[in-house]
Order: sequence, then structure tokens, then C-alpha cells
Amino acid sequence: MISAQSTGGGTLHAITVLGHDRPGIIAEATAKLAALGLNIEDTSMTLLRGHFAMTLICAGPAGDAEVETALAPLAADGSLTVTVREVPHEDGSTRAPATPWVLTVHGGDRPGIVSRIVGEVAAVGGNITDLTTRLAGDLYLLVAEVALPGDADTAVLAAAINQAATDLGVGATLRPAEADEL
Amino acid sequence: MSASNDRLAAWTEAELGVAGRVREVVRAPAPVLSADGDKVDPTDPEVVQLAADLVATMRVSPGCVGLAAPQVGVGAKVFCVDVSEHPKTRGHHGTFVLCNAEVVESSRNEKAREGCMSVPDFTGDVKRPSRVLVRGQLPGTGEEIEVRAEAFEARCLQHEIDHCDGFLFLDRVAGAHAVYARQTYL
Repeated sequence: MISAQSTGGGTLHAITVLGHDRPGIIAEATAKLAALGLNIEDTSMTLLRGHFAMTLICAGPAGDAEVETALAPLAADGSLTVTVREVPHEDGSTRAPATPWVLTVHGGDRPGIVSRIVGEVAAVGGNITDLTTRLAGDLYLLVAEVALPGDADTAVLAAAINQAATDLGVGATLRPAEADEL
Repeated sequence: MSASNDRLAAWTEAELGVAGRVREVVRAPAPVLSADGDKVDPTDPEVVQLAADLVATMRVSPGCVGLAAPQVGVGAKVFCVDVSEHPKTRGHHGTFVLCNAEVVESSRNEKAREGCMSVPDFTGDVKRPSRVLVRGQLPGTGEEIEVRAEAFEARCLQHEIDHCDGFLFLDRVAGAHAVYARQTYL
């Protein structure tokens, strides 16, 4: 039922499902949404430290209460938490032009790595459009897709990120995410 | 194979003997983009016209370095390529069109982010061999050509052959989180 095409109408719901992982969670959740005539527009799901974590945006005629009721059986045994919230339609066409970059940070784990590094991105008006952080043993990893404003001085930003990384004792790279047009 | 490479490098669309017409580029989810294209007779005048049209359409499309028949709505194994003006290009064979092409040897996988005129809202990380031997036929004469390509031209050839076989780069992405919303358009 996942559709790449926006329905362009109806109420938009932001749904989160978090908790103990097991096979079949997505199948159950999406079956309930399909039964309500909802169209899934965007989904992101991963396992975080082994915990199931899914966020999705869906559109359709049902109201929040109806969606919550339909999804309630998923949370019935207490192993999952489900939230449903109506969200406004966002119009991305009004956003200022941006250039895509990839930010990678890795090094010894310690508190504050994410906040310090992404603070430098925020300081120049950069928007993080995708973010993964992982901890494996003592190795901490951050990979982010970053949209930088057209007038951002990327050399200055890269220097600021490198200084922050040096202060934290980690390594950081900022590189353009240029796509080959084929 | 070097003779074939030289033959291909010397080829221009003038050999087709017909003027190309610019066609509309179709976008996913058009079914033609997901269907295996038909093998063609490269000497068929319709195929020759299609070859000229592909080159003409590629020429007027900003940043376009290759275009396959399914992208102009024709389910056929014909595509054109020209990576000569692209900054990432190393070796190349200029402009050429191949019919019924296939990859017969490949080596050295490399991952890169690809975009496609038929999938304008996404880019994706795709791993492909960076050295290939491709076999195909020239439109018009039907000559069989073998071309060794590397780097950007190799990636482009595989992307276009995939189009002819009904595959988009979306069918090849490296993982569930290897597709990205496009932030800039050509």
C-alpha cells in the first residue's frame, strides 16, 4: 500500500510506533491504516539499539481518534507505544535553494558529540534532512544529510566543524553529496 | 576491441541521415519505465529515427548525459550516451547510440549517488562496476560494436542499459536508507 504519490488531500497524520521489536509490526500497522483508506506517504523505520522505531506520514479521510482506535491493538500488550497526531500539509516549494552535503563524524563515545557538531550546522542556517547515529562498542558514528543555504561559506563551516571535532577528540568530514545525473 | 572503440568514438548522429526530433521525457511511475524493452532491428527506419530523436532530446536536456528509449515512452532497447562534457569524465567515446546492448564483462565495483530525469524527486546511492565491456549494435548499419568503458561512462552505460531492461536506479539502491529527496534540480 505504500505509494510514492501524494494524495494531496485529506487529513495528514504523523504516526509513531516505538518499542519491543518482533516480526509483523509493520504488516499489522499498515493493514489497519489500509482498512481505514489511509495512504502512506512517507515512512522511516529502523532498529535503535534493537528497539523498533517507525515514523510515518499518512493521508486520508479518517480522523485522529479513528486512527488511534484502529492502532490500539498494537499497543495492547504494553510492548509498543503508538502515537497519532494530525499535522499540517507542508509545501516544500517555498524553501530557499540549498546544496546537499554529507557530514560524517566518528570517534570515541562521549556525551555531547551530536549537539556540538550539529550546532555548527544550525549556526549557518543549515538544515539536517537525514540523520543516523550509531554506537558500537566505543565507536560513535554520526552520518547526516545536510542542506546548506546557497550563500553559506562551506569552507568556514567545515573549519568550525573540524574545530568542534578536535575539541571532542573525534574526526569529522563534510563533503558535497553530488549526484551523477544520468 | 580497440578498433570497435575507435569506430564508436568516430560515430556521430549525422550517420543516421535523419533529423532528430525532441520528444517528451516520461517520468516514473510510467509503466514503460518498468517494462523490459523489446529487442530492435537496428536497420529499421523507425529505430533510426528513434536513435536520432534520443540524441536530439539529450542535447536539449540540461545536464543529460544519456537517454534511453523507455524514457521517451518507447519500450525498446535503444539508448544514446554522451559524457564528453561532464566534469567527472575521464575516458569517453563521444556521442553514440547503441541498440540491443548488454554488459558482457564487468569489474571493480564503486558506489556513487545517481539522479535520473525520469525520477526527478529522488537520488540514490548505487554500486556499479566501474569497468565494463558492453556489446551492442549501431543504428542504421547494424554493425556489432564492443566498447570498453570505465568510470563515469561505464556507470552511464549501465544506467541506460538498465532503462532498456525496465530497471531504474531505484531498483539498484544500496539499502533502505540510500534514497534521498532531491534538494537541487538541474
